[in-house]
Amino acid sequence: MKEISRSIKKKDHDNKIEGRSVYVDDYPLTASGKRILCGKLIHAAYAKARVLSVTLPPLPEGYTYVDRNDVPGDNNVNIVLDDTPVFCRETVEYIGEPIGMLVGPEEAVVDELLAGVKVEYDQIEPMLDLRNGTEAFFDYHFGHGDVDRAFAEADKVYEEEFLTGYQDQTYLEPQGMMAEPEEDGRMFVHGSLQCPYYVHGAVARALGTGPEGVHILQDVTGGGFGGKEDFPSILGCQVAVAAHKTGQPVRCVYNRREDLEFTPKRHPSLCRYKLAVKDGRVTALEADVRFDAGAYSTLSAVVLQRGIIAAPGIYHIPNVRVTGKAIKTNTVPCGAYRGFGAPQTFFAIEMMMNHVAQDLGVDSITFKQQHFAKQGDMTSTQGRYHFPVPIPAMLDEVDALCALRRKHQAYSLPQTGRFRRGIGFSAIFHGAGFTGSGERDIIKATAKLRKYADGTVEVLASNGDIGQGVRTTFPKIVSHELNLPLEKVRYEHPDTARVPDSGPTVASRSLMTVGELLRRAAIRLRDIWQDGVEQEVEEHYKEPDFVIPFYLDRFEGDAYPTYAWSVSAVEVEVDTYTGRVQILGAYGSFDVGTPVDENIVLGQMEGGFLQGLGYASIEKMQYDEKGRIRNNSFTDYLVPTAMDVPKLIARLHVEEYPDGPYGAKGAGELPLVGPPPAYLEAVEMALGGMKRHRLNRIPYSAEDVILELNKEVP
Amino acid sequence: MNGLCFWLNGKELCYDGSAGDRLLDVLRDKYDLKSVKCGCKEGECGACAVLIDGVLMNACCVAMGAVEGHEVLTVEGYRETERFKVLSKAFADLSAVQCGFCIPGMVLAAEALLRVKPHPTEEEVRRALSGNICRCTGYNAIVNAVLNAAKEGDGLW
Ligand code: FES
Ligand code: FES
Repeated sequence: MKEISRSIKKKDHDNKIEGRSVYVDDYPLTASGKRILCGKLIHAAYAKARVLSVTLPPLPEGYTYVDRNDVPGDNNVNIVLDDTPVFCRETVEYIGEPIGMLVGPEEAVVDELLAGVKVEYDQIEPMLDLRNGTEAFFDYHFGHGDVDRAFAEADKVYEEEFLTGYQDQTYLEPQGMMAEPEEDGRMFVHGSLQCPYYVHGAVARALGTGPEGVHILQDVTGGGFGGKEDFPSILGCQVAVAAHKTGQPVRCVYNRREDLEFTPKRHPSLCRYKLAVKDGRVTALEADVRFDAGAYSTLSAVVLQRGIIAAPGIYHIPNVRVTGKAIKTNTVPCGAYRGFGAPQTFFAIEMMMNHVAQDLGVDSITFKQQHFAKQGDMTSTQGRYHFPVPIPAMLDEVDALCALRRKHQAYSLPQTGRFRRGIGFSAIFHGAGFTGSGERDIIKATAKLRKYADGTVEVLASNGDIGQGVRTTFPKIVSHELNLPLEKVRYEHPDTARVPDSGPTVASRSLMTVGELLRRAAIRLRDIWQDGVEQEVEEHYKEPDFVIPFYLDRFEGDAYPTYAWSVSAVEVEVDTYTGRVQILGAYGSFDVGTPVDENIVLGQMEGGFLQGLGYASIEKMQYDEKGRIRNNSFTDYLVPTAMDVPKLIARLHVEEYPDGPYGAKGAGELPLVGPPPAYLEAVEMALGGMKRHRLNRIPYSAEDVILELNKEVP
Repeated sequence: MNGLCFWLNGKELCYDGSAGDRLLDVLRDKYDLKSVKCGCKEGECGACAVLIDGVLMNACCVAMGAVEGHEVLTVEGYRETERFKVLSKAFADLSAVQCGFCIPGMVLAAEALLRVKPHPTEEEVRRALSGNICRCTGYNAIVNAVLNAAKEGDGLW
């Protein structure tokens, strides 16, 4: 193990465990002692309707109503495009869309007033069908090789459909933002968020102030997982508009029901896959990928890009044609969630490969192994796998952990009795950092180190600690290079008034990309270090030389400079009487390069692994025929507890990346992606395999098992 | 004294609000005890967990009338104890604190277990923590930290 990997006590440990950390809902007053007004949103009751009128109850002194007419700048939130309004326009496009906000000093009074608001609607037929939806926000096509010829010459052609459902991030701290007008006329916005500069751009535009007119601080944030990438920009604009109108600090914190129902989640998907097989080898893939984007485009463009680039999985398939559409429906806009489009397509290709192998009568592990991409092979976008692909060695490691190969064959034989077992396997990558040239062309990250006269050093960057530990790992890198005790290097929560834009806290990029900037800055600071004076060093992102430029219009080039890899195995026992699926063990090998702190990385792997298993099994969320999400509480939307997967084992495999700090690659998202297909393969195997029960969708719960078994003809 | 009198982190207090007020709101808003978090307000997540006479309870589902004459402990009180220090060190050694939102509740859930079962098995720890949702860690680090604390703090519980 490298020195840098040795685990240290996290810098925010004491404050968090002692209950001293201040999350946005914890400020009793503002820092300057002002009372904070409570803001609550009026959410649309219909999936599509014209809003004819909003009638308010009489508002007591000190209570204010805010809507789009109060937006001093632009009522469009700047995300990727700008179709998302701050407050709704003439029509509402999904149930829950914010119409306006009621603001006042007493929460109980605001609640009462809210109950008295009457909104008159003229309802319009909503579009709620992913399969038949025709309005696509984004429609991408790419491929390579001669797909038609490969299908024409195939021994056999396979076609199948795969479905995945919503998944909610379910960070334990709900969404919350606060805005405070400052003496100098600036608007100070802070809260639970991942990307201070995204919020900065959005709020400046909504208030019409220009960038100097606002500054954004990330408060201590109780989890994000992608859910606090785009949404805080919207809520941030709403509280800023309310604070602008009232001239007073305004805070809005969602309750759990609002959060589950009305905030972004993972895109449901429908993938139609077609594979050509000749001489026992896959020769062509045609993938038609549809994501349910919801009512506004928010992050769907980039989520879909990552999803379709991963359409062939980690397999080397010579002829590929992919289409991807983000379909507009009148439902809550979907956004970012750990994995960012890739879990959906990896689920499809992994299940498809399992089914083709079963049809060919070969063990699916062997079949997949025959198709693993290798270093130097072409990627789906005609880039290259520039670095070694460690999957075969990782497969052996997982095999050693749980006798994967032996059990995979044994459980594939016919089983009888009430309890039946299965074990599933998956192998996936996660492209490290932004897709394509975003890092070079759009983000252009800058990070700084400021050394004070007393010899302490401050990291200046805009990446938020959302639990993944950058408040510890960033200083760790800097203290390592400067040979300073860790106490002398600090990283505060970023405030855009103080820190440069080192980019958002997304895409598993913070440590790999910004961490490397800080490492280089620290080396330069070491070289120019002078005792007793203040010094500053700045570093800018440079794309590594080996990267084949990526062209988004053709989906050509290196979509990612490198990849993190994982192999997962999940062993289950299905009770054929109750449908209950017990996870006997979940095993994973994860290559995220060098861990810059082993415990922190293992914590990411274990946490993501369990979220992936939840996604595959119990985390079910659906909307009804009116477009309303029914699973809006922890009673109806179940996430795993400490008892659900008692045996979850994550191991690290290290394939160093020369352009990441000490060899580190992106880590956070990887562990979620592989478990779902491994889980479903295990359940399918326990039920007797594809010929008896062909499974093609997640989540797959006990109810689904029972319904499926009831189909069985004795 | 008037109102509903109870012990809060070792001090006797009398609350003069309504008996129907929610303990969670009163702890956070009136007594400024912000370690007690709100994750759902429906008794489903454990972020608001406190000890009442040593028993783990979700403060969002407790009315003030029900705490009259009882002893309420939050992390603000518990963090002064030796037991807390052992737990905190065990959590730190495994980096078991990620976003931190579940952690005050988790620590009190651990205390509630260890005071009745100083040497629990892993399964007992998992069961004792199962009312507290943690979305970040996958639970392994937290469970192992509690097991380690039980060993390290031998004799404290
Ligand atoms: S806030 Fe009380 S259990 Fe969730
Ligand atoms: S540490 Fe984030 S919920 Fe437990």
